[in-house]
Amino acid sequence: MSDPTGRKAVAAVWRIDSARIIGALTRYTGDFALAEDLAQEALAEALVTWPREGVPNNPAGWLLTVGRRRAIDAFRRRSNRDEKYAAMAHHLSEGGALTGADPAPAPDDVLWDPDQIDDDTLALIFTSCHPVLSREAGVALTLRVIGGLTSDEIARAFLVPTATVQARITRAKKTLGAAGVPFEVPPVDERPARLAQVLSVIYLIFTEGSSATSGDEVMRLDLAGEAQRLARILSRLMPEEHEVHSLLALLELTAARFPARRGPDGETVLLEDQDRRRWDRSAIARGRAALAKAADIGRGYGYYGLQAAIAECHALAPSVEDTNWARIVVLYDALGRLAPSPVVELNRAVAVSMAQGPAAALPIVDSLAGADAFKESHQLPGVRGELLRRLGRLDEARAELEQAIRLCGNEREREVLSRKLADL
Amino acid sequence: MKFMLIWRVTSDEAWANLGEIDFDTMLEAVGKFNEELIEAGVLIAAEGLAPAEEGVVVDFSSEPPVVTDGPYGETKELFNGFYLINVPTIQDAIEWAKRTPMTAAGFKTEIRRVPTIDEFPQDNEWIKKERAWREANNQL
Repeated sequence: MSDPTGRKAVAAVWRIDSARIIGALTRYTGDFALAEDLAQEALAEALVTWPREGVPNNPAGWLLTVGRRRAIDAFRRRSNRDEKYAAMAHHLSEGGALTGADPAPAPDDVLWDPDQIDDDTLALIFTSCHPVLSREAGVALTLRVIGGLTSDEIARAFLVPTATVQARITRAKKTLGAAGVPFEVPPVDERPARLAQVLSVIYLIFTEGSSATSGDEVMRLDLAGEAQRLARILSRLMPEEHEVHSLLALLELTAARFPARRGPDGETVLLEDQDRRRWDRSAIARGRAALAKAADIGRGYGYYGLQAAIAECHALAPSVEDTNWARIVVLYDALGRLAPSPVVELNRAVAVSMAQGPAAALPIVDSLAGADAFKESHQLPGVRGELLRRLGRLDEARAELEQAIRLCGNEREREVLSRKLADL
Repeated sequence: MKFMLIWRVTSDEAWANLGEIDFDTMLEAVGKFNEELIEAGVLIAAEGLAPAEEGVVVDFSSEPPVVTDGPYGETKELFNGFYLINVPTIQDAIEWAKRTPMTAAGFKTEIRRVPTIDEFPQDNEWIKKERAWREANNQL
């Protein structure tokens, strides 16, 4: 049963321990890009050695030892040109690490120090999501380094060629090196902005995974799961940050609806039409627990907290009608003040229409006419058409729905709109 | 893929060794391991079993079946607890099994794949009912 080639074992160890291995090698060498290269070299060596000699007893330790040996080789090669590298090579082969102030213990202990691993993982997350990187580079690097995904897997998830992913990662490492980004958890004054960047990368990975409009659906679900894993790691490492718990809550509460979002023929089922019995109750419970943690910190809800609280309202509601729309309006009001955007405003209008009726919502929708965000989108006429229908202004409703159908690029959603039009 | 990691203590000596481990140390080691499984998003369920001496066996070798108190069979056949995990390949299951805390001579972890309902005939009415139950209970 066990894989005789050892190749799958390499992938399995990498999935479990990539962050710890690269984190330890980065602390050891003081160079993130080099550490990532060393880890890849160690993996390549494992792919040759493990099938021949069997999987070592401590596979992560094996990879680390090989990475460390390669590091010393790399510094020795460079030391021919530069005395600084000669000193490094000497220091490393004596068992030291280049960062961290500990006196030099035995080499493998310094790498696998449990007290250091969490700090390294956190520094690694901040490095992979550094603002000098483009969003897509940050996503690719985070998935590879923290998530332990291969370039192939990342490419499949994002429907791009493997070479593109490899190029993104190479470029990202160069960019980090050129910018002299230190391997550290950012100092307190920079932390809020840097953390916001990390959270947005995780959220982007999740939305890529959850949108699943095309491509390998199973792989995309994995991406959503990967984002949840990243959020869980972060919430353990930064328990004092309420937005970290809030993001985890938002992901859990959103993912809870995944089992109900596809119909028997794979079509998209909108929130209002979903069979709520199929929602994942365990995920809802986990999401609510994370949101309660965020609230307990006592600094209110932030950008993710408000969205998670809205998701929680839906998760708790037995039906669309019996949803606490008044609370959702209040939450959207707050979200609109914190992060004003036409999309939030449109969602607020929908909530207002459910809480107070279509007449109260129509002026909000009308105020959005001409917003760039909706220029080529079916969403605005779709919502406006629905409000006009409920107000009994059927001719106007018909015109809006026809417009929405014209603009809608998604076949399933177009069917929903067409049905609404036919029912007028 | 779902796998069950079945925990066995297969000799009296291993049992004796287990008895000597400080309880708080054991809780911490198991707790840390569980936390890793949770954080990685692979844990579905985990249970440890009460001592086999509290167990009861219904033996169908005779008619009517015989009900007896106490442990079933030899120490080496006892099954003391399990993890149910969801991972991409059996190699991941092996890697997680290797990370189980408190390992020593005589401790064994058996890894068994748990087939999904997709592997059964989908037109069978009982399978259809089971699928409906699984969907309603998030047990797919």
